Amino acid sequence: MAAHDRAHDAATAARPREYLTFRLGEEEYGIDILKVQEIRGYEQPTRIANAPAFIKGVVNLRGVIVPIVDLRLKFNLGSAEYNDFTVVIILNLGARVVGIVVDSVSDVMELAPEQIRPAPEVGAAVEADFITGLGTLNDRMLILIEIERLMSAADMALAEQAA
Amino acid sequence: MSETQSQDNGGAFDLSQFHGVFFEEAGENLANMETLLLELDVDSADDEALNAIFRCAHSIKGGAATFGFQDVADLTHVMETLLDKLRRHELTATIGMVDTLLESGDVLRHLLSRHQAGAAEHEALDCSELVARIGALAHGSAAAAPVPPSAPAPAAAVVAAPVAVPALPEPVLAEGERLIELAIGPLERPDTADHLAELFTEIPGLGRIEATDGGQADAEGMRRFRVITSTPDSDLLDLFSFHVDREQVRLGAPAAAAAPAASPAPAAPAAPAPKAAAVENADYGFFVDLPSEAAPAASATAATAPAAAPAPKPAAKAGDRPATGATALESTSIRVPIEKVDQLINLVGELVITQAMLAQTGQALDPVVHQGMATGLTDLERNTRMLQEAVMAIRMIPMAVVFNRFPRMLRDLAGKLGKQVELQTIGEDTELDKGLIEKITDPLTHLVRNAADHGIEMPEVRIAAGKPALGTVTLAAAHQGGSIVIEVRDDGRGLNRDKLLKKAIERGLPVSDQMTDQEVYGLIFEPGFSTAAEVTDVSGRGVGMDVVKRNIASLGGSVEIDSTEGRGMRVSVRLPLTLAIMDGMSVGVAEETYIVPLASVVESIHLSAGDIKSVGGTGRVVEVRNEYLPLLALDELFAVPRKEPVSGGIMIVVEAEGGRIALIVDELIGQHQVVVKNLEANYRKVPGVSGATILGDGQVALILDVSWLVRRARH
Repeated sequence: MAAHDRAHDAATAARPREYLTFRLGEEEYGIDILKVQEIRGYEQPTRIANAPAFIKGVVNLRGVIVPIVDLRLKFNLGSAEYNDFTVVIILNLGARVVGIVVDSVSDVMELAPEQIRPAPEVGAAVEADFITGLGTLNDRMLILIEIERLMSAADMALAEQAA
Repeated sequence: MSETQSQDNGGAFDLSQFHGVFFEEAGENLANMETLLLELDVDSADDEALNAIFRCAHSIKGGAATFGFQDVADLTHVMETLLDKLRRHELTATIGMVDTLLESGDVLRHLLSRHQAGAAEHEALDCSELVARIGALAHGSAAAAPVPPSAPAPAAAVVAAPVAVPALPEPVLAEGERLIELAIGPLERPDTADHLAELFTEIPGLGRIEATDGGQADAEGMRRFRVITSTPDSDLLDLFSFHVDREQVRLGAPAAAAAPAASPAPAAPAAPAPKAAAVENADYGFFVDLPSEAAPAASATAATAPAAAPAPKPAAKAGDRPATGATALESTSIRVPIEKVDQLINLVGELVITQAMLAQTGQALDPVVHQGMATGLTDLERNTRMLQEAVMAIRMIPMAVVFNRFPRMLRDLAGKLGKQVELQTIGEDTELDKGLIEKITDPLTHLVRNAADHGIEMPEVRIAAGKPALGTVTLAAAHQGGSIVIEVRDDGRGLNRDKLLKKAIERGLPVSDQMTDQEVYGLIFEPGFSTAAEVTDVSGRGVGMDVVKRNIASLGGSVEIDSTEGRGMRVSVRLPLTLAIMDGMSVGVAEETYIVPLASVVESIHLSAGDIKSVGGTGRVVEVRNEYLPLLALDELFAVPRKEPVSGGIMIVVEAEGGRIALIVDELIGQHQVVVKNLEANYRKVPGVSGATILGDGQVALILDVSWLVRRARH
């Protein structure tokens, strides 16, 4: 059984995976495409009082109330301007739907495991825990983030915490 | 179709709502059990599956025992014993057991359908042989399972059907109605004739139709029906010609067919398949049973003939065919997970918003140039509104579901207390949202129990007071505008104002003689009045009444008490029709919009700067009608960004949990119904906010949690 599982894992790991890449300031990020539900233009959310600054508020997504997180504010990537290219990536994280604001969406990339390097500790605003690795594609560097773990982290204040 | 008819026409059972649910659930449990049994791998029986089968039998038994269907309860009881031993691994499952259990399922199914059709108890089918057989299996004697060879079974079923058909009971005709034998054909597709049958369900007053051929065409492609109608032949033919050629329709008098059928004689030869006959009979339940038809004959045969043992087997096979036992238990409703309904409601909500936006855009267009567009938009608006109403109606359930719990409870309670109490219910068909129905049951139970326990006096006291010994508790439900009002009335001793006041003073509550009756009665909702021993001295009211009031308030409802001492009292519970929609007042604060639940709004008053007084530096109060109310400015509380300061504004006095505060907002925008959305589904609970809603322009607006605001302002 266990041997079979390992073999299975290896097979999955060896297969290239698809990432949706987007820009935050000068940086380029990638998240697992399977977590993405849809991409929408930015619309002014309804502000929620006394929420952290990076929670922009909530929007109406076809009758569902969805919180919007500005990742640029979360990652301290300077002032977040809202223009025509600003988009919201709607993530489907199991039971929850959350939107993230990014500067722009680039494309969908396929990355093989050998293209992914471990990320060094650099003391960034994004904790290393949430970075699965750095992907390289020609001369581009993609910061691959574990978006589900990031969004469910306690300091995101997106969900009720047990404590 | 026959199902609907039988329920509408029958009226054979008194607590039809109650029974309906049981039959529906029992039917589901049976179907479930059958599936599980069929999937059961005898050699390595899955514990999970055995447990599930056990649970099915157990729930049927429970329900049957409650409703007094003794035969069903007895049979399920032995099944349960056997299944219990199986799941405990005291016995090993065998094919014989599975067969016997399946067979029991079929017998149960039509025992149930007999009860559903309102069969009298003395006509009970004898299943003692089956019970004994299961009992023997449960005791481990494998030899006790005479599984009949399956080969003759289909043959028996084939024989059974045609014999059973003439055994149709003689229908009872109302005045002006006549019985017609209808033959349609030859048809290429026999199901075309079913469209005719549908006509009778679609057109009210047309009459009743019943297939006499079990839904199958005969060799010549002819379909046969029996029709009871007061409509002239020519009109019928006109209607039928929508679906079939006029030449294919033959209407005839039924004399030849019906006369022999009414006599018990043909039923006797049907003995080899008595079950089938009985099943057919149950299926055609809407033709009111005559005393001398097939059912008693069939059951008598089943009871006496030793051949009864294999008899259920044909019935089991027959059950596979559409027009038999299975149909009898088939329900006219479907059970759908509530999420699916809510999803539908969400989608319709979206549609409404889209429609509103389209309508707005459409108004900008020249109606002369875009006439087609304008017409389309008008149609869209009407259809959307109707769709929304229809979808909301799906969640609505009649109050009878709640009311039906009370006759039994009251009876038991009266027996225990030595009182004579009868229950009257009014407006059982008033509909209420399912979510609310579930939540209102407990508070209502409390109120009814209180009425019987403390309101209604002992018989001798009542007689001494010149009242009938039999006390009455009345439950009444009615729609009033956008809400439902449920009243619990009793003709008992009522409330005593002086005693209530005395008790309140003892408990240190702020009371005065100037209080209105309403206010005095309201005291029983005070937590201090809630312990039974103390309250009995006062008026005998108030066991947990504070809890009742709180529960109802949390549903957005209110409670009022009215009483006349010695005459009784009335508790009126007013609830919104649904939790999903709420009357809200939208208010503006700077650029933002918030919704205040209208139920908690007392009044709104223009505010001038001088009205606000400070207390101890930070606290602020405002005087409203000789009362100082704590003040909460919404813009400060929610840190609303403001471009420029405003002066004045509007003060809304809101009330919750018995406290009043004043909220300061910039403007009142309007009152409208809002669809309440959950904020926690994808986000978290926000202090001061109870939910969210979507405004006409697609924007989200937060709904204020008035209870929270009151608590915050008062501490």
